[in-house]
Amino acid sequence: MNDFHAPLIDWAAVSPVLIVLGAGVVGVLVEAFVPARLRRTVQVALALVALAGAVVAVGLLWSSVHQSARLSVGDSFDLTPFGLAIQGIVAALAFLSVLVMADRSGGQDAFAPTAAAVPGSRYEEEARRAGLEQTEVFPLMLFSTGGMLLFTATDDLIVLFIALEVLSLPLYVLCATARRRRLLSQEAAFKYFLLGAFASALTIFGIALLYGFAGSVHLPVITDALAGRGSTPLQGLHVLAITGIVLVSAGLLFKVGAAPFHTWTPDVYTGAPTPITGFMAVCTKAAAVGALVRVLFYLGQGFDAPTRHEVQVLLWAVAIATMAIGTIVGAVQTDIKRLLAYSSIAHAGFIIVALVGFSEAGAKAVLFYLAAYGLATLGAFAVVSLVRERLTTGEGGEKDSVILGEATHLAQWAGIGRKAPWLTAAFALFMLSMAGIPLTAGFLAKFGAFSAAVDAGAWPLALLGVVASAISVFFYVRLIVLMVLTPAPDAGVEGAAAAEHAAADVAPGGVATATQQVTRAVVTVMTGWSPATVVVTVCAIGVVLLGVVPASVLDLAAGAAKFVP
Amino acid sequence: MPVTNYLILAVILFSIGATTVLLRRNAIIVFMGIELMLNATNLAFVTFARIHGDLTGQVLAFFVMVVAAAEVVVGLAIIVTIFRTRRSASVDDVNLLNG
Repeated sequence: MNDFHAPLIDWAAVSPVLIVLGAGVVGVLVEAFVPARLRRTVQVALALVALAGAVVAVGLLWSSVHQSARLSVGDSFDLTPFGLAIQGIVAALAFLSVLVMADRSGGQDAFAPTAAAVPGSRYEEEARRAGLEQTEVFPLMLFSTGGMLLFTATDDLIVLFIALEVLSLPLYVLCATARRRRLLSQEAAFKYFLLGAFASALTIFGIALLYGFAGSVHLPVITDALAGRGSTPLQGLHVLAITGIVLVSAGLLFKVGAAPFHTWTPDVYTGAPTPITGFMAVCTKAAAVGALVRVLFYLGQGFDAPTRHEVQVLLWAVAIATMAIGTIVGAVQTDIKRLLAYSSIAHAGFIIVALVGFSEAGAKAVLFYLAAYGLATLGAFAVVSLVRERLTTGEGGEKDSVILGEATHLAQWAGIGRKAPWLTAAFALFMLSMAGIPLTAGFLAKFGAFSAAVDAGAWPLALLGVVASAISVFFYVRLIVLMVLTPAPDAGVEGAAAAEHAAADVAPGGVATATQQVTRAVVTVMTGWSPATVVVTVCAIGVVLLGVVPASVLDLAAGAAKFVP
Repeated sequence: MPVTNYLILAVILFSIGATTVLLRRNAIIVFMGIELMLNATNLAFVTFARIHGDLTGQVLAFFVMVVAAAEVVVGLAIIVTIFRTRRSASVDDVNLLNG
């Protein structure tokens, strides 16, 4: 009587997620069984192969998903062309992030020898001397990516919640692993965790309310119930549905980094190790936007006119607040990582502008925007990870100098155009793309987002978006002027101040030479080929190609957006 | 006793949890507030399952418990690390990044 029927699973459809999560599990075993000196090489290779495999799997699935409009596994895994496109973007950008994480310019990578050691303790110093490395960051990063891939490929809210946690929990840990400025790093993890857990609690309560309303956590069933087609006891209680939708959206907007849920962004982006910041800024945002589009577009089909209007008013408010905070507060920042964090908040606002119409054009614009924004942001953070402080002792030149952490204060970036013209050029290109200057990817992305809003009748919102872009041009261009035209500060005066600054920063990191009297810190740029410069190059080429010959990518995005959600 | 009373209780517990998160200053207490919110959600799930007469809600409660357990592992690790560094678990003392 109780025959068990094994579910039919379309393994091909889940292959991108399986490859990445499987590689994460293998990575944990690598930690246990591979000898220490090989571990790092194996982990990097494993992560790169897995993510490349995920990109290939997305490519192979592309045509079959487009033919049938969706591939489902059971009731909970549901791959649409849009979800698949987001998966492709996330996997490709995560691949580039791994290269930045593996970068060792200046002799050391960006991660602490043992993240569990108390900063400044003897144990930490011994771990550093012994050359220990926290290679667990690679499996953690794979788990997080796996969660992101699942996040956009489900129409079951409980799977959405699980995916949200699978992507968040490793990120909380990764934030705490910086090699230098460890107090800031731990603080970032602390804030991210408390606020992130609060946001997930809101999300799950919203899911509970939607379950109460519709008797299911399956998006199509909830949509039916919203449209009055179901027959559940609590169907009349629209307040349950509206509260539920608002709470779920709040959790997703937290991950997107939209106001008023953006407050964690600047602190966490500043404190986390720069490669992780780049990964968070790009991949988390892409995955969260994918999930948001999915939830809102699905439920949007079931809204009656007044409900639809209410949700749109909320989205308008969020978009306006996000753009305003991102651009206005961003303009007065003095730290490069904080500046890029506010820039990413502003971009979240532009993305939401594209979404207000719940239209196919909006979904297409979002896909292109995420690709353009992702390349420029990842490249920019890769450049940030290469601009370092160098501590020289006495008269010695390169030989007795120590490469320290990143020089993130804007004043230290003055005149680095002379030291590293190519990296500066690439960085300027990323800034121009983020500002939306024609012939870069950012221009077409913004044009697509704003025209989608105009098509949906939201022209005041598009107008505000253009104004916000214009303001943001100011701080992007100011940065370029600073790098190229402002001469580097006088080494004598600035050097002493910077050395003091560096010594304060380094003390927990444990470089003994920092306390000597005759030290000078200068800003130096790691040029020469390294994984990070490869990423910068790839991103720069990508930004130019998307800006000059966007046709093929736009076609792909249009095809993927055809069957929203 | 009508089943809806359990829902009201769930909402009250959730609000207490949220208020704790927003008002208390000790990281551990804040964290307990988050746990209370998750458990209030479980109560809501189970009550709704009773109203609808299906098991989905009860199964979902298990998922939430597992996630809550995983969150405790990561969260306490981070809080303990901060405490060992600064000898304080106050949310106000963690203010190097002022944003």
